[in-house]
Amino acid sequence: MYPHEIKELEKAIAEITEIATGFGLDFYPMRYEICPSDIIYTFGAYGMPTRFSHWSFGKTFNKMKTQYDFGLSKIYELVINSDPCYAFLLDGNSLIQNKLIVAHVLAHCDFFKNNARFSRTNRNMVESMSATAERIRQYEIQYGTEQVETFLDAVLAIQEHVDPSMFKPYRYAERKKRPDDGTDTNRNGKPLTGYEDLWDLDVHGGANDDEEVKRFPPKPEKDLLWFIEEYSPHLEEWQRDILTMLRDEMLYFWPQMETKIMNEGWASYWHIRIMRELDLTTEETIEFSKLNSGVVQPSRHSLNPYYLGLKIFEDIEKRWDEPTQEEKDRHGRVSGDGRKKIFEVREFDSDTSFVRSYLTKKLVEDLDLYVFEKKGAEWKITDKTWESIRDQLVYSRVNGGFPYIVVENGDYDGNGELYLKHHYEGIELDLKYVEKTLPFVQKLWRKTVYLQSVVEDKPVLFSFDGKKHNRKFL
Amino acid sequence: MTNPLFIVSREDWSLHRKGYQDQTRHQQKVREAIKQNLPDLVSDESIIMSDGKQIVKVPIKSLDEYRFRYNYNKAKHVGQGDGESQVGDVLGVDPQPAPGAGKGEGAGDQPGEDYYETEISMEELQTMLFEELELPRLQQKQKEKMQTSDIVFNDIRKKGIMSNIDKKRTIIENLRRNAFSGHPGIHGITPEDLRFKTWEEVQKPHSNAVILAMMDTSGSMGSFEKYIARSFFFWMTRFLRTKYEHVDIVFIAHHTEAKEVTEEEFFTRGESGGTICSSAYQKALDIIETRYNPLNYNVYPFHFSDGDNLTSDNERCVKLIDRLLESSNMFGYGEVNQYNRSSTLMSAYRSIHNPKFQYCIIREKGEVYKALRTFFVKTEAN
Repeated sequence: MYPHEIKELEKAIAEITEIATGFGLDFYPMRYEICPSDIIYTFGAYGMPTRFSHWSFGKTFNKMKTQYDFGLSKIYELVINSDPCYAFLLDGNSLIQNKLIVAHVLAHCDFFKNNARFSRTNRNMVESMSATAERIRQYEIQYGTEQVETFLDAVLAIQEHVDPSMFKPYRYAERKKRPDDGTDTNRNGKPLTGYEDLWDLDVHGGANDDEEVKRFPPKPEKDLLWFIEEYSPHLEEWQRDILTMLRDEMLYFWPQMETKIMNEGWASYWHIRIMRELDLTTEETIEFSKLNSGVVQPSRHSLNPYYLGLKIFEDIEKRWDEPTQEEKDRHGRVSGDGRKKIFEVREFDSDTSFVRSYLTKKLVEDLDLYVFEKKGAEWKITDKTWESIRDQLVYSRVNGGFPYIVVENGDYDGNGELYLKHHYEGIELDLKYVEKTLPFVQKLWRKTVYLQSVVEDKPVLFSFDGKKHNRKFL
Repeated sequence: MTNPLFIVSREDWSLHRKGYQDQTRHQQKVREAIKQNLPDLVSDESIIMSDGKQIVKVPIKSLDEYRFRYNYNKAKHVGQGDGESQVGDVLGVDPQPAPGAGKGEGAGDQPGEDYYETEISMEELQTMLFEELELPRLQQKQKEKMQTSDIVFNDIRKKGIMSNIDKKRTIIENLRRNAFSGHPGIHGITPEDLRFKTWEEVQKPHSNAVILAMMDTSGSMGSFEKYIARSFFFWMTRFLRTKYEHVDIVFIAHHTEAKEVTEEEFFTRGESGGTICSSAYQKALDIIETRYNPLNYNVYPFHFSDGDNLTSDNERCVKLIDRLLESSNMFGYGEVNQYNRSSTLMSAYRSIHNPKFQYCIIREKGEVYKALRTFFVKTEAN
């Protein structure tokens, strides 16, 4: 990009920013960075420019970059939830592409800043992740690259299992000491006499016994990373540190996973409206229309979140602009409240509530949505009732689309073993992946780990003891 | 916010190599995965049968990022149609796994599922495989001191004979010159554009090896036993070709008597009847004597059998092996023994203590790799 093009872009951004502000969008100060494609794809793969190194990001990067090189897909922009907000533009974008992108990212930033789910996210995450990356780098130097990599492999395998509640999650108030690990050093480093089991009988025996046999954790714990970090008896301090840092990163990304449809819908809604306000030449208008239809085009088999979100927002606006007589009478709606309503929705909802409350029968029909599943070797449309479609869509967004797994017992069998439970909601787990993932959990906990789930409508218990797998029906 | 701040900047990102670094690490891990799979790959049918192909597809355990996830095939999904979708419409059909393809066992409850194919050049695969192998007891042969001259085209010059003109480079020169003078395109080729290939004579040491592939084709050798032998000889030939300039293979099939046969006959034909292994060894000795003077050739007799020899013949076998060892670099005996029987031949061979004599028992496909490593073991540098 030549200096005069940058000047031109700056002029356009100033104009777009003014229009966006005029519409009531409220965003952080913006930092636009123009980057070559491999940098954009690096950021895309890592989720953040400053994130730590791991081969899995390299794998994603390779895949994305290859698709770009073969012209199969293209990322035009990336925007980071931070204050100031970073937006990365692909070097080589045309001016009109950049105008659309600027309009789009301003709406994203407005969403980051105002949606309730994001209210607790760390707005300095760029720096935090950079510090994390640096710490992990130091651990690699200190403890060996392979050692750190294997540990990261294990943590990344369960990274989605955090508790993203917006309110202070229930926590075990009193920090219980880590369950006895059965090895012959205790954590305080006091010399052992070899008679610990006997002394312990003295302390715990007698009338207090019932009191002592408390559940651990007292309530099922959703935050697997936190629980392991806090109670796994064998981890080194650097390992606990990595667990904490990766958990923070996941909590940072979580709201984005929870609001994919809304966030993209919101950004698409606004880039269209902002672009309409611009004084475009005929050629520019045509180029914009092509681009826009590329972004929001419906796709077969998987839903395009841009399109779905956009349609729902437009529908909400219309329904609140022109309420029916019934809505006026029953809900006291007044005409012309559409804009106000969508700003309210962008503040209070997440994908699950957004779809549940605002995906109407008419929209489902207009968009020609359907439920499909596998019957034999064929993928078939099996349901077109609008309620099933809406509910199915909501299910698929619950817990970010990940199975809901909790720690039931951190001292299973009185032996310090870890008992996890999958809250089965009608969809089975990928069994092969269960078998491959349990060893990672075991690596973090070091003792036998269990996972209770349901297979073919029967409760089943998987376990891995460090050497072999076991699967039995309960 | 009346005038929100914004900055447009364009930095130099050329030092930001993280994506590439981690990509390299990932590729490294893929290679490690291939390496771990070598025992399976060595006996992979598609490779053994891929005569002459330079790129082979190998199944490797994919580097999945495992996590707890839903079974996609058992879940319902929401999709979007073009306005006319109906219940019962078929959106797609999963490809049926080709019957008989892939591995039958050991890959979890859905065979083949956790394998994905990656393309790798035969050469790369060989390098990886042969890294672990070494030719033990290499002997200096007379002929190795002989030199052969060879011609290698390895240079480009501006002068030369017209029959050696390098058209591609000539055109490139022309393009370059025309573009430079402001009239791009291919036109007006002048003598200064001409480029010629030039050769050099190189001296190469000449070395020869011969493999005497002997196999029991008696009734007890089934298709599995033959397949094992075939995989083994496939790799062995390739391995020796990396060490010697010229490698001959002589196929000797035997039951109660031995015959020199073609490769095809060797691997396909089955005979019935008993087994007298010494017949093959005698045949091998004859061939060495008449055609492959051990002074000029590195001789590698290898014998594959199921071990089911006529008991009275065993003693003679041991004697003949002693004689063979005198003229060979090494003698390998591979016993394909799926069910771990105790075989008559093996019990006789256990008493041979010549370091040139190596034996290996192969029970399953994956052990072909083990056999290769046993025979071509890396010996400590002395």
